[in-house]
Amino acid sequence: MLTFVDSVQEAVSGIKDGYTVMIGGFGNAGQPFELIDALLDCGAKDLTVVNNNAGQGDQGLALLIKEGRVGKMICSFPRQSDSWHFDTRYKAGEIELELVPQGNLAERIRAAGAGIGGFFTPTGYGTMLAEGKETRIIDGRGQVFETPIHADVALIKALKADGKGNLVYRKTARNFGPIMAAAARHTIVQVSEIVPTGGLDPENVVTPGIYVNTVVRVPAGAGSTAGTEEKVA
Amino acid sequence: MSTATSIQTSATPLGRDDLARLVAKDIAPGSFVNLGIGQPTLVSNYLTDEQNITLHTENGMLGMGPAAEGDQIDGDLINAGKIPVTELPGASYFHHADSFAIMRGGHLDICVLGAFQVSATGDLANWHTGAPGAIPAVGGAMDLATGAKDVFVMMTLLTREGASKIVESCTYPLTGIGCVTRVYTDKGVFLTGPDGVAVRETFGCTLEELQELVPVQLKAAPAA
Repeated sequence: MLTFVDSVQEAVSGIKDGYTVMIGGFGNAGQPFELIDALLDCGAKDLTVVNNNAGQGDQGLALLIKEGRVGKMICSFPRQSDSWHFDTRYKAGEIELELVPQGNLAERIRAAGAGIGGFFTPTGYGTMLAEGKETRIIDGRGQVFETPIHADVALIKALKADGKGNLVYRKTARNFGPIMAAAARHTIVQVSEIVPTGGLDPENVVTPGIYVNTVVRVPAGAGSTAGTEEKVA
Repeated sequence: MSTATSIQTSATPLGRDDLARLVAKDIAPGSFVNLGIGQPTLVSNYLTDEQNITLHTENGMLGMGPAAEGDQIDGDLINAGKIPVTELPGASYFHHADSFAIMRGGHLDICVLGAFQVSATGDLANWHTGAPGAIPAVGGAMDLATGAKDVFVMMTLLTREGASKIVESCTYPLTGIGCVTRVYTDKGVFLTGPDGVAVRETFGCTLEELQELVPVQLKAAPAA
């Protein structure tokens, strides 16, 4: 069922210890910072987090990791110049890492949302990231079997929602939003604007509302990545 | 002059910008191209309007324009290196699974990547040094290496210690097998494939001198 809530705290209040949580965003674009902050405040722990990266700087996902809430990261690129909180936890053996090539990460998430039990892909064949996985030669090409990644909850950011939970995104902030919305049992979306039902052109809807469970409005400018207000050094 | 030395096209090794200019010139008009992070990004400086190249960035865009400056900077519009960029007329946005389907599905004509090592048969190592304690991070490297119709590598031929990065077989962890088709280096352009390594042209050395540096049997490529 679709609900509209008044606060990010209310939006994440159902997240429990041990959940697998998908968090949208690539770099700062599309990161639902306010929802992540609320997740930090709600205290849920032993989380498995699915994101392309493993947190940057002293905000968002990096703080969840710093506070020891994340037991496992599933991501493609955990090592960045400012990913010191992950680095510390990883080197201390306090966080598990499942490293996945970026396209396999995306397709495994997509497969979960689409009810696919797995797929063969040439990406990673013959590399250490395919060790222990089933392989086949298909059309003359070595391929690796990859399984879907399901989640209890997805936290994503979109530009607008209408009254049916239909979503549109903005530029490269779309990234993981649509596939994570489909892959999670419960999808929580922060949007800059809520428009009346009928206020989005059906031809332009990117994520149909059937994938969306909870919507909260976080006005652009209130957040750290709102449109053109963000100045990147 | 013997035919073996006639493939030298520059009296000196090529600098990074000259190499980028050469790669840009070799990209066929109308191509869809992904430029990797680092040195390959320089190639975009030398693509001409007449070439009509469409740039793909794997975070979810075709029709990427130059880096954004000043008021153009928009936190929602970044490239795979997380650098603010611009959009060109005719640009399109799509989600991550579609973006990698573009890659994996063989729709990109060329991707240009950096490398630690390339083997004689085109194996690529460019994501992980394998050093103990290093945090592994792969990003889209393996997807790019296996997806594009042609994979070009741009790198210096030698490491700082003077070892050839073109090797019989890679000692660093692999990114992809038999995927590299062409290697652009400061000392020459190498064509790699199942039949071994052919040298298209050399810079600042003869083929014989190049052979002294590279522990893989080299031959001159047939004239194009």
